[in-house]
Amino acid sequence: MERCERKTLTMGNIAVAEGAIQAGCRAYFGYPITPQNEIPEYLSRRLPEVGGIFLQAESELASINMVLGASAAGTRVMTSSSGPGISLMQEGISFLAGSQLPAVIVNVMRCGPGLGGIKPTQADYFQATRGGGHGDYRTLVLAPNNVQEMFDFTVRAFELADKYRNPVLILADAILGQMKEPATLVPEYPPLDFDKTDWILNGAHQRPARNLRSMYLEDDDQEDLNYVLQRKYERMEQDEPLAEERWTEDAGLLVVAFGTSARVARAAVTQARNEGIRAGVFRPITLYPYPRAALRALGERIKRMLVVEMNCGQMLEDVLAIVPPDVEVRFHGRPGGGVPTPDEILEKIKES
Amino acid sequence: MGRIEINAALCKGCYLCIEACRKKHIEIDDRLNVQDVLPVRVIPGTECTACPRCAMVCPESAIEVFHD
Amino acid sequence: METKVFARPKSLTDVTTHYCPGCGHGVVHRLVAEAIDHFGLRDNTVGVASAGCSVMMYKYFDVDTLEAAHGRALATATGIKRTHPDLTVFTYQGDGDLASIGLAETIHAANRGEKITAIFVNNAVYGMTGGQMAPTTLPGQKTSTTPAGRTKAREGSPLRMAEMLSQLDGVAFCQRVAVYDPDQIYEAREAIFRAFETQLEGLGFAFVEVLSACPTNMRMKPIDGQHWVEESMCKFYPLGTFKDDDA
Ligand SMILES: Cc1ncc(C[n+]2csc(CCOP(=O)(O)OP(=O)(O)O)c2C)c(N)n1
Ligand code: SF4
Ligand code: SF4
Ligand code: SF4
Ligand SMILES: [Mg+2]
Repeated sequence: MERCERKTLTMGNIAVAEGAIQAGCRAYFGYPITPQNEIPEYLSRRLPEVGGIFLQAESELASINMVLGASAAGTRVMTSSSGPGISLMQEGISFLAGSQLPAVIVNVMRCGPGLGGIKPTQADYFQATRGGGHGDYRTLVLAPNNVQEMFDFTVRAFELADKYRNPVLILADAILGQMKEPATLVPEYPPLDFDKTDWILNGAHQRPARNLRSMYLEDDDQEDLNYVLQRKYERMEQDEPLAEERWTEDAGLLVVAFGTSARVARAAVTQARNEGIRAGVFRPITLYPYPRAALRALGERIKRMLVVEMNCGQMLEDVLAIVPPDVEVRFHGRPGGGVPTPDEILEKIKES
Repeated sequence: MGRIEINAALCKGCYLCIEACRKKHIEIDDRLNVQDVLPVRVIPGTECTACPRCAMVCPESAIEVFHD
Repeated sequence: METKVFARPKSLTDVTTHYCPGCGHGVVHRLVAEAIDHFGLRDNTVGVASAGCSVMMYKYFDVDTLEAAHGRALATATGIKRTHPDLTVFTYQGDGDLASIGLAETIHAANRGEKITAIFVNNAVYGMTGGQMAPTTLPGQKTSTTPAGRTKAREGSPLRMAEMLSQLDGVAFCQRVAVYDPDQIYEAREAIFRAFETQLEGLGFAFVEVLSACPTNMRMKPIDGQHWVEESMCKFYPLGTFKDDDA
């Protein structure tokens, strides 16, 4: 997985933006909001270079619906935002899911609720993993934890979006967006392309007219659509869960964390190991579909877990639902822009 | 002179065509169509100038007009 | 030799609509279909439907169609047209959709000069949801949410969209028409043709406001609905061409 060749010091937001270009994204619609402005700023220059379209929209409502239009016409398309902007996009994400349209949506999380602040958070976990808008739908959610993954997961997100004809979310945060690390801005392999000729709206040339919609008023058609969606989500749950495990073989205690929290947790666990404590880390990479089977298997033998999040316990609910009942699950969280320190987590590890 | 063809199955029974025709060439039929409304029909023995005002106002595009 | 002087347009499918008897939507659909036929656009058009009585227009137009969220049709259409400039893109929107919930999207798409044809059916009510007040409901007009009639003091005055949009630099064509009688329908057809031509010529945003009857929610017979459009709506909303960059 290590690609040392041509590493450059890159900001997380820039890695996302260049990842989109490398994935073949040829349209971006968005509205400025901190801490993700580097994405539209970079793409406003970069997309025209590759023959793509950049347009600053009048709002996130407009952005996501522009995304829907471009996607329906067959273009790889992305938007990005944070907190209040992502909330405004929820209606459009629901329409994308209902109309079975691919799109990549990047949430560089900032703390809320409300206008909140620009400090990092993981408080949009519920919103991201439960669909977020109205209706019975899911979006694939990828959670990077370094700049390289900001790039790699963005490339992957476009593949997954097209593969499932479904919106895919990148759930990052203000730290990941703003941090600089060496990263390779070349994909590991040429990004996969998917044939869209049998569903896109590009003019009914030599074929019957097509329609893309989420509304089905007749008989049980809306119920049928929902079953089609559910079968798709089952396929995702079968094939796509991804997690990273560290030091789990002999662990007596497992720290469960994603994104930035997982970085800090890994530092804490390294320290714990140095002090002779047999701790391990489980980092879900796909937050939906959640890597349930892997975590459940670990729960069969590791009976103490510590969930660490930058919120007041959102993923915690999933962990509690997944692990066997005899696992003792503790929680350490920092909401509202707080970031846990390795020392804080180490202390909790020692208490657990 | 002209002639109209009414696709009675498409007719919604709004009767805007009757109002539009200056030649009083159209009337309400006495049999329900598939939509359960009384469609319109041509009044035998009246004339049509192919103007084509009736077709213009028909919201269902149920009338076609011919001219010879 | 007999010739057909008025034919059902090819870009309309052969089905009955779900529209109420005497509803203006049917006539406007036909005029749009005639424009598509006239310019030979059936094979490279995408129509964007809005939430409103016309949400099921995919059944009636024999062209590719996309359903937009309520009010967002012009943003959705922007996404299509910007990425596929060779497609002909039109939106078909009601007054609630274009002038209330989607007002920001409307003004910004118009102001950017998106090369889109926007067909705006102003029937002075929210037809689909049962006749509530629209941003275009006339002063004094009774609706299910203005039982005593709309007042300027409480609800404000109706928005005159054609006048507003004609102020924007991106708008290349802007006309208000009505479909209450054959002569006006001829005018409306001309305007809709011009609005498609404006897009084909790449001039900018093209807007046609069509004053149209919703007899059901006005609780009127179809013919009385037509008269109401002529006598009441046209008084408040003057017909005419507000802008034509090519004229
Ligand atoms: C976000 C949202 N709010 C409300 C609705 C409900 N709704 C559907 S259509 C409509 C109004 C339609 O009125 P108009 O745009 O004038 O179209 P008409 O039916 O009169 O042609 C409303 C309020 C919706 N679909 N979405
Ligand atoms: S074409 Fe003219 S004259 Fe003939 S039926 Fe229609 S309205 Fe009457
Ligand atoms: S105008 Fe059309 S729908 Fe209405 S009555 Fe005449 S034929 Fe029927
Ligand atoms: S409710 Fe009004 S706008 Fe809707 S179909 Fe009926 S007449 Fe037309
Ligand atoms: Mg209306």
